[in-house]
Amino acid sequence: MATIQLNKLTKAYGKAEVIHGIDLDIPDGEFVVFVGPSGCGKSTTLRMIAGLEEVSGGDITIGGRRVNEVDPKQRDIAMVFQNYAIYPHMSVRQNIAFGLYTSKLSKEEKAKRVEAAAETLGLTALLERRPSALSGGQRQRVAIGRAMVRNPAAFLFDEPLSNLDAQLRAQMRIEIKALHQRLGTTIAYVTHDQVEAMTMADRIVVMRDGHILQAAPPMEIYDNPVDIFTARFIGTPSMNIFPARQADGQVSLTDGAPSVMAGVRPQDLKVAATGTGMAVSLEGVVTVTEPLGHETLVHFSTRGGHDFIATAPGHFGASPGDTVQAQAAAGTVHLFDPVSEKAVGRA
Amino acid sequence: MAAADTTPATAGLPMPKIRPARILLWTVLFIGGLLMITPILFMFSTSLKTAGQIYDLRLIPQSPTFSNYVKVLSEGDFFRWFLNSSLVAICVTLSNCFFDSLVGYTLAKFRFRGRQFVFIAILSTLMIPTEMLVIPWYLMASDFGWLDTYWGIMFPGMMTAFGTFLMKQFFETVPDDFIEAARIDGLNEFTIWWRIAMPLVTPALSALAIFTFLGNWTAFFWPLISITSSELYTLPVGLTSFAVEQSIQWEMIMTGAALATIPTLIVFLLLQRYIVRGVMLAGLKG
Ligand SMILES: Nc1ncnc2c1ncn2[C@@H]1O[C@H](COP(=O)(O)OP(=O)(O)OP(=O)(O)O)[C@@H](O)[C@H]1O
Ligand SMILES: [Mg+2]
Repeated sequence: MATIQLNKLTKAYGKAEVIHGIDLDIPDGEFVVFVGPSGCGKSTTLRMIAGLEEVSGGDITIGGRRVNEVDPKQRDIAMVFQNYAIYPHMSVRQNIAFGLYTSKLSKEEKAKRVEAAAETLGLTALLERRPSALSGGQRQRVAIGRAMVRNPAAFLFDEPLSNLDAQLRAQMRIEIKALHQRLGTTIAYVTHDQVEAMTMADRIVVMRDGHILQAAPPMEIYDNPVDIFTARFIGTPSMNIFPARQADGQVSLTDGAPSVMAGVRPQDLKVAATGTGMAVSLEGVVTVTEPLGHETLVHFSTRGGHDFIATAPGHFGASPGDTVQAQAAAGTVHLFDPVSEKAVGRA
Repeated sequence: MAAADTTPATAGLPMPKIRPARILLWTVLFIGGLLMITPILFMFSTSLKTAGQIYDLRLIPQSPTFSNYVKVLSEGDFFRWFLNSSLVAICVTLSNCFFDSLVGYTLAKFRFRGRQFVFIAILSTLMIPTEMLVIPWYLMASDFGWLDTYWGIMFPGMMTAFGTFLMKQFFETVPDDFIEAARIDGLNEFTIWWRIAMPLVTPALSALAIFTFLGNWTAFFWPLISITSSELYTLPVGLTSFAVEQSIQWEMIMTGAALATIPTLIVFLLLQRYIVRGVMLAGLKG
């Protein structure tokens, strides 16, 4: 069990700085998920925490101890990699036991821990198999088992599910979350899948270009994104962003110089909604409809050429070429400064 | 088996088409194989002939006899030479597998100043032919007093640029994740190399072992130069002693050579399995 603190952490490869002084406090037992686009520095940050990458500036403390110059093995952390990194020349049992390679436990105690981890992960029947005879999900479970037996102070995951298919990913997501609830160990988890971030995290850390944009619980980020980037990154489909003018509580799309950038989530932008107190009202031509069953996503294009995604009920009659109206209720429209792109409030 | 019952009868399947390209290929391979095997067959054949019959170029000896084998094995220092060759070839092979891999791994997986320079320096030695190196080796061996010793035979080949290069190329295919995972699990760098990286390159290691063993088992030039006492002769050098006295005793040379092929066959058959298994292992890794 441990807290992890990043203090003005920087990383430079040669002259190119890729992490620009990030601060983050991860309390004991928290499940933190780092998200961001490719190349934003998620892996680099995680690898610095693990000790696989040297720190260029600032400090990392784990459990109150500054670990900048401490070897990975002495940091009491375990890491699970995207490519599983389970050894093909060893059986599942040997792979899991490898987590205890340097441990001073007795043989029996080690064997017991391996059995227990296998039990937890549903690998008991596979213990004597070689990795080549396992499915992707099973391999990743072995990798998690190897991390688990050590009883580390913290787990680090670097995109552990991205090599799995969608269904397995959904299942492993739940398993990892359940594991966290049982073990209560601090977890730092990297992904570029915002669904993973939303569903698993106690707290999401949104990164971009080596900066942390926002670190907050998932719903907090969803409800109050600090800027346009975060607003678009979290939530599917992405939030509609458009240049707008604001007058008497109404936000209207404009092709001239905008006074604000407005953002409205597709879930809040309803096709053919009726009612009063609408903050945004748009009209456009349907380009594509995506029926999802319980609702239909309606892509439409306004006369000025702005594209939007709105939602309609499951059984929705309109087809491409039809003209539709969409409205968003007051209070659901996010407003951003057009220059700094920072959130400035709601309408 | 239930599955066999449900499959349709295979008798009706058409024969695979015989294509002209196939026939040409097989013919070329057959001729090539014949060219390679003929001298070996003659070697065995001659070893079964008496001295009087050796110029009778029949493949099947008229009256095959094992007397040459008895003679080679009982007279002379054949056993001694055989052991010398074994010792030299095994030591050099082990040394190459160890040091070539160690250096290859370091060059493949560590970033350090001068890495590229070291690599190029090692590679460049590949361009120097052995004939040019023999004199420096000789001078070096003579200065250190290594002439006419086992170490004197072995030292030039204890590490090779080719082996280092081969191993480096293979270690580069080992994903960094394996190494980093082991590092986090607390293994020291040497153990990571030995327990994790080495088992992942067994195909390369087997190939290196076969080449090194064969090369040293059949090595002639340098052992001939560096060794003067006959009890330190390696087999190829020893066999030539059948040729220097009075006349060339072909039947004896062929018998010795036939006996000498046995270990190379054993080594090849033993290690070949690992090459195949290693390739399968690499292919299945997902
Ligand atoms: N060894 C290296 N040398 C130079 N630059 C590097 C090195 N490793 C990473 N970088 C750079 O650092 C930046 C951050 O890389 P990082 O791997 O942390 O991204 P990431 O957020 O994990 O992206 P992804 O989602 O694609 O994994 C990138 O711009 C990358 O080009
Ligand atoms: Mg990454």
